Amino acid sequence: MSSDIRVFLTDREGELHKLTAPTDMQMNLMEVCKAYELPVEGTCGGMALCASCQCYVESEHLLPERSDDEEAMLAEAFYVRENSRLGCQIQMTPDLDGLKITLAPEE
Amino acid sequence: MIKTDILIIGAGPTGLFTVFEAGLLKLKCHLIDSLPMPGGQCAEIYPKKPIYDIPSHPEILAGDLVKNLEEQIEPFQPGFTLGESAVSIEKTEDDHFIVTTDQGTQHQAPVVAIAGGLGTFEPRKPPLKNLEQYEEKGVHYMVKNPEYFRDKTVVIAGGGDSALDWTIFLEKIAASVTLVHRRNEFRGALDSVEKVQELKNKGCISLITPAEVTALKGEEKLEALTVSHQGNSKDLECDAFIPLFGLTPKLGPIADWGLEIEKNAIKVDNSLDYQTNIPGIYAIGDVNTYPGKLKLILCGFHEATLMCQSAFKRIHPDKRNVLKYTTVSGVNGFDGSQKQAAKSTIKSIE
Repeated sequence: MSSDIRVFLTDREGELHKLTAPTDMQMNLMEVCKAYELPVEGTCGGMALCASCQCYVESEHLLPERSDDEEAMLAEAFYVRENSRLGCQIQMTPDLDGLKITLAPEE
Repeated sequence: MIKTDILIIGAGPTGLFTVFEAGLLKLKCHLIDSLPMPGGQCAEIYPKKPIYDIPSHPEILAGDLVKNLEEQIEPFQPGFTLGESAVSIEKTEDDHFIVTTDQGTQHQAPVVAIAGGLGTFEPRKPPLKNLEQYEEKGVHYMVKNPEYFRDKTVVIAGGGDSALDWTIFLEKIAASVTLVHRRNEFRGALDSVEKVQELKNKGCISLITPAEVTALKGEEKLEALTVSHQGNSKDLECDAFIPLFGLTPKLGPIADWGLEIEKNAIKVDNSLDYQTNIPGIYAIGDVNTYPGKLKLILCGFHEATLMCQSAFKRIHPDKRNVLKYTTVSGVNGFDGSQKQAAKSTIKSIE
């Protein structure tokens, strides 16, 4: 499956998960986590209206800039760092192959 | 004691639609919800977002979906206990249930339908050390009684509508109001943002942005907050701190009702009637789980419909019943209202 990419995710217990994510299914990172039954709630369903999918981007991948909605939500989220992103706002695209992320603490 | 046929816990879309399906079977409903208004997530989290997968609505705003459901169920005169959370359940000798809220309101019904979505909405608490120590001693996650803040020095944190609205409101009665937010932009309604700007310009409130409350201080009660502003920390004396970072759903006390829970959801028998492991208690909508479960509003509607048929059999075990079509029987409200298809007129041609 040439359209799949690899994502390396460290969960809240420090355990590393190697995920395979399709890039042709309009999936975002939060949805990939849910598909793997990782502890990501995705309470708002992916509307950038909660911060339950907050993660820290650890690799140097060039991600699309935060939208206004994402900025606003992160401004009210907790445990936010420079490299914080909402997983639901990161679409799985071929150039994200090898993405390394860590889940932010649960609120 | 409030008595009804079906006691619905959760007034989101699934809970509201249950009233309609129950009403067609002449069963009365009462709804309990922790939010002050019906609608659940649709009202609290995304009222202005369009939904595209409601059958026959190519596009509908979540808020409008709720409004339409309220209109649809009006003939069946549902009762509401709003702003209260269901905390405990007990069974009576005659197989009824008594559900009590956090404010002590009691409800009795032979059938309970849990349509609690992702759970009870609770305030999101910022991860500040000692925060809980000052709860009700200066720290408030919501404004229940605005008068309490009269002549007090108040600090509000947050950047959404509630932070803006309460800043505007409390400015009139508090001794002073300071609004702290992590960035300069606010995402509330435009007129609220403009009003806060005006209050700031007039010197009626203090606005500290981009800034963050980092510590709480005080002996017996809250006396001061440390605010970190552009790299500098300073202490602000205050009587009250109101962090308003929105609400997040938690399954809460329902998890302790003896129901079978799997991954934060209530297990039900989906091959039959969405009943839980306790006969008479059903779980419908996002709160339940079964093989193949999808958390969709349209699935909640379907589950509510089947559940009501089963509830009818439980409440009236001796009555025979067949499915009625609204196109044939219309809608006969408990308020005496009647909706019926117009009779066709037959006219002869001479």
